[in-house]
This record gives sequence, C-alpha cells and structure tokens, in this order.
Amino acid sequence: MPVEPETISVRDGMFQPRVYRAGKGEPLLWLHGAGGMAQRFTPDLEALAERYEVIAPVHPGWDDTPGLEHLDDVHDLVVYYQDFCDALGLTSFYLAGHSLGGMFAAELAAARPDMVRKLVLVAPVGLWMDETPVTDMFVLLPQELPQYLVADPSNLPPALQELFRPPADADEMAERMYRQIANFAATGKFIWPIPDKGLKKRIHRIKAPTLILWGDSDRLVPPAYGELFHRLIPNSQLVVIPGAGHLLPLEKTEEYVREVTNFLG
Amino acid sequence: MKFHWFHLMPWPYLPEDFQEKHRSVWVDVDYNLFDPEKGHHVYNEYLDELEYAEKCGFDGICCNEHHSNAYGLMPSPNLIAAALARRTERAALVVLGNSIALYNPPIRVAEEFAMLDVISGGRLVAGFPVGTSMDTNFAYGMTPATLRERYYEAHDLILQCWTRKETFHFNGKYTQVRYVNPWPRPLQQPHPPIWIPGGGSLETWDWTTEKNYVYCYLSYFGYIRGKTVMDSFWRRVEELGGDDNPFRAGFLQLVCVADSDAEAERLYAEHVSYFYNRCLHVYTGFADAPGYRTLKTVRAGIRAQVGAAASALRQNLTWKDFVEQGYVVAGSPDSVAQQLEEVIKGLRVGQLMCLMQIGNMPKEKVLYNTKLFAEKVMPKLRGIWSGYEDHWFIKPLPPEKRAKVGDIREPVIA
Repeated sequence: MPVEPETISVRDGMFQPRVYRAGKGEPLLWLHGAGGMAQRFTPDLEALAERYEVIAPVHPGWDDTPGLEHLDDVHDLVVYYQDFCDALGLTSFYLAGHSLGGMFAAELAAARPDMVRKLVLVAPVGLWMDETPVTDMFVLLPQELPQYLVADPSNLPPALQELFRPPADADEMAERMYRQIANFAATGKFIWPIPDKGLKKRIHRIKAPTLILWGDSDRLVPPAYGELFHRLIPNSQLVVIPGAGHLLPLEKTEEYVREVTNFLG
Repeated sequence: MKFHWFHLMPWPYLPEDFQEKHRSVWVDVDYNLFDPEKGHHVYNEYLDELEYAEKCGFDGICCNEHHSNAYGLMPSPNLIAAALARRTERAALVVLGNSIALYNPPIRVAEEFAMLDVISGGRLVAGFPVGTSMDTNFAYGMTPATLRERYYEAHDLILQCWTRKETFHFNGKYTQVRYVNPWPRPLQQPHPPIWIPGGGSLETWDWTTEKNYVYCYLSYFGYIRGKTVMDSFWRRVEELGGDDNPFRAGFLQLVCVADSDAEAERLYAEHVSYFYNRCLHVYTGFADAPGYRTLKTVRAGIRAQVGAAASALRQNLTWKDFVEQGYVVAGSPDSVAQQLEEVIKGLRVGQLMCLMQIGNMPKEKVLYNTKLFAEKVMPKLRGIWSGYEDHWFIKPLPPEKRAKVGDIREPVIA
C-alpha cells in the first residue's frame, strides 16, 4: 500500500503542507532535501517506518505546496517547523534530514535542543569551506545531475532508476522540468548563492546525540564537510558509507537504514 | 516615429574558436581574453559612435547594464551616459537601464539618474530592467526567487525619491531608510520618462501598462519572432484598458545598410556571425536560474532567448538565413526602409532601437551604416504614426535655458 499524504493546517491555515505518515513507534521527523519528496514515500522511509512513526512533511514551496511566500530565510523556516510540531502535538522526537533538509534539521535542533532527542544528518549543507566548495547545484543541467548525485550512475538501484527514468513524453518532461525549477527556486530562497547562512554561529547549541552520515563518493557536498559537522557538533559521530554518493538513502538503503536504526535504537 | 541608436559595447576580440574552447561569454568568461590597452580604444571608439549617432539625427542614444561578460562592456551604463551628457546636446540619453534590484539602497539609482537628468538638461530616459539571470543571480549573487519582489520595491522607492519633495522614511522589506532626501532630484517633472526593457514575461506587460510606462522588447530574433510577443503585448494592453498609442512600445532591431543588398552582405556578414555565435554564447546553466522567471511564466512556456536551446536554433545560420528570418534587417536603403516599415507597423512600435554596431564591427563601418541609415532610411519612415503624440519622450530645457558646455577659458579677474 503506497503511503498517501494528508494535508494539515499550520498557523491557522496560513500553511497547508502535505505530510506523509507511516509506521508505529517513536516519532521520527524527516526533512527532505532540495529535490522534494519525489511525490512519494521512498523505500528508505518505508524501511524506517517498520521501526518508527515516520513523519515526512513537504516543505512550503516544494512539490506544489503553498506558503513559501511567508518564509524569507532559514529563521522563518525554523519558526515554521516549531509551529508545525505544535500543530501535530510533537514535543519530543527523533529528527533526521537530508541535504538541505539536513541543514533545516541542524538549525531546528540548535534552536530547540529541548525538542530533539536524537539527530540524524545525512549529507547536510549549511557550512562552507573556501578550499572545498560545495558544488553549485543551480547551474547543473538535467542530464548532469546523476553524476553529481550518485556514486555510480551506470548501476542504479530501482528507486533511483525510477527517479532518473527518461520522461515518457513531452508533457512529462515539461512537468518534471517545471517541478525541478520550482523546487530549486524554493531551495535558492534558503541557500543562494552560497549555502552558508549562519549555521556556524548556532551549531554549538545542538545538544542531541547526533549521527552524521555521508557517502564516500558524494560529489555534490564533499565528504570533507562530514568531518567539519562532526567537529562542530559536540556529541556527534560520523559514519562514511562506501560506494554511496549524495543520494545515499536511496543508493545504499540497507546500510543506511541499519546505521540509522542502530543509532536511534 | 522615433529612432534610437543602441550600443551594447561588445568586446570585439573574442577568438575564432571561442564557442569551441569556452563554455560561456558571461559569468565565468576567461578574463585573459580582455586587454585593457585595447579596451581603452574600444571604449573611446564606442563613445565616438554614440556621439556620431546624435550628430546624424537619431532621437536617442542608448546604453545598458551587464556584468561579468564580453557581450557588453557596461557594468555601469551611468558612466557612459555621463560621458555622453557633456559631449551631446540634443539626443535623449536612453539608459536602458539600471538593474535596480542590485543596488542597496536603490536611492543610489535615483540619485545617479537625477544627476544625469540635471547635467543633461532633462534628456534622460530612465530604464529599469530586472536584469538577466547571468547578471543578477550569478554575477551579483541575488536570490532568484526574491529578485522580482526586490525589483518592485526598488522601483517604488526610486519613484518616491523623485516625486516626494519632503524628507521621508521608507520601511521596505529589502531596504529601510529613516531619512530619504536625495539631492538632486530630476529636472524633468514629475520624473524622467520610464521605459521597461523586457524579454516577454506576462507580469511585465501588466505592470508596464498599469504604470503607463514604455515597454521595450529587446529581442535578437527580429521581427518575425517579435511579432508573436508584441501581438500578445498589445492584446494585453487592450484587455487592461490601455490605449493603442504606438509610442508606448519599443523594439530592438539589428540593422545593416549599404549601397546594395550584396554590398551589405560583403560588409556586415562576418560581424553578424560574430554577434550570434560569440556574443550570445551563454552556458545554459547560467541562462535562467531556477526562480528567475516566475512560476507562472515558466508554466506559460516562455523561454529565455539565450542558452543552448537558443544557440542550437542559430547553429549554422548563414547571412541569408539571418536576413530572411528577420534577425537582421539588411540591404540597400530602399530595401531596409521597406523592411523596417513592415516591422514598425507590424509590431506597432513607435520607438525603434537600432543596433548598428554589431559584434566586432569596426568604427568605419559603424559610421557608414549609421550615416546611410540617417540620410536615406530615416526620412522615409519619419512620418509613420504622425497622428499620435509621444507622451513618453524627454522634455528637456529649451536651448535658451541650457548651460554652455565646455566653455573653458582664462579667468577674467586678473
């Protein structure tokens, strides 16, 4: 049974995000990356939903979710997610985020250490080293994306084959291009032109035990950033997964889920 | 009918294999291709050409703003306009324009434009482009998703700067100033004519019509493609209740005049090829940052005119193609006049911006092209739209009230 999203109301209806929810257990809030939720509950989330109650909202501005006009920067976003948690009655939970969602998760964990029991950051952005720049995702052409996003574009697991499948017709291509433009436009609102928006001044506030996961072949956000996040987050551990790129939850789902569940317990 | 002479100020020394060896003429173009000593001559010759255009009788001389590129060497068009303000005395200084979202506070634009208007005796046409994605998002780091909101706010602040006479405060989202009181404010009242260059986005048509500004469609694809855009523009103006006065619309056209059609090809073909194949060679990744176009415009399927898709369209186009498809209006004076009449009437434009220095066209050819146009083409077309009044043109001081520029002499007091 595919997981269908429900639409919830945040801040008296100002925001109406779609939320994918599945599983039973401790709540795990999952924040997706720049590409959105790909319109579905992906296999990595399905696997996690066997142990936890996975709550995966679509950020305002992504995948046709309204409300981005009310968010100007990462501070607004962090306040929004506090409202979101209030709306769901979430007071204490596991928090995980991937890429841009990892940056959001780190910011939320720094702002509300009281709410976040454990934190998982999967190849997050949000820090910057001049000598090791993060790839500029905004200038990549659609056909270039796979080589930056995955370790081995010639050998994709099924979930990624679906993601990178050539469009069936011109309509599907136009629809996909529109969605990517819209999602990347929303992304730009938080990290254009350099994903360094002050997290370094707040990251020390993260109190939750933190697992940092990275693919050793991440060509979008180089693994050196894993070391940096590890150095700056007090109670953290770094695990580098071999043979994985930036989309490691979908590239190496088994190893990824094992690491996360071992850590969260 | 008004004729304006538009200079892009391209870098004319891009190598023949530029397209093969370099990915983009904009943003990350190799700075080793620039030579400041050559640049010294290039700028001065280009200024000569603009001044010559005034002498020949063009109504306006135009410059514009671009950054980090070899396509147009005017990061600050106001400097060019300032140089022209002192060396010309009649033509409108059409600055088309300042990318107002890039400046904080945008008061700076209000001030510089006002200075130009006062120095020139009221000859400024103020252009407010959003700016290309290459200029604004990539070269100047502006967030694409908020660029237009910033643009509209900057516009509102500049207009208040020009029209309010008291000291006021401005509490914007992007600019907050407690004491706004620019000195000087413009000479033309209530403010200089405002022209909006655009690439064909839906919101811009509505906004220019609502504000009663001139809409300028700056296309390099000539009359035939321009017709689609301008037809939609006029339909929208009608829907919004605007009148059909042709002077509220401008169009840019590449124009090459010679004694005969064959001579035009002999003289100008290489420069047109240089322009389309080198000056417009923009990396697709820089052409249209996500969020630069509004999602509404993306949905409407309006594409940027630069980048790989556009380049592909032009691949292997010859002089004959450029002329037949209307990218370039070229030929003998009679032939050019006939083609331009079709452009002017077909698009219903009262402001024609002629691009007559094209690519690496050297000064001698530019002067020749300009002179032939002014003497043999312009008179044939002058009378078009004579039944309409141009409400969107400069209102300079009358000659008797104007300063004597360059009156340098020894002091009288001994």
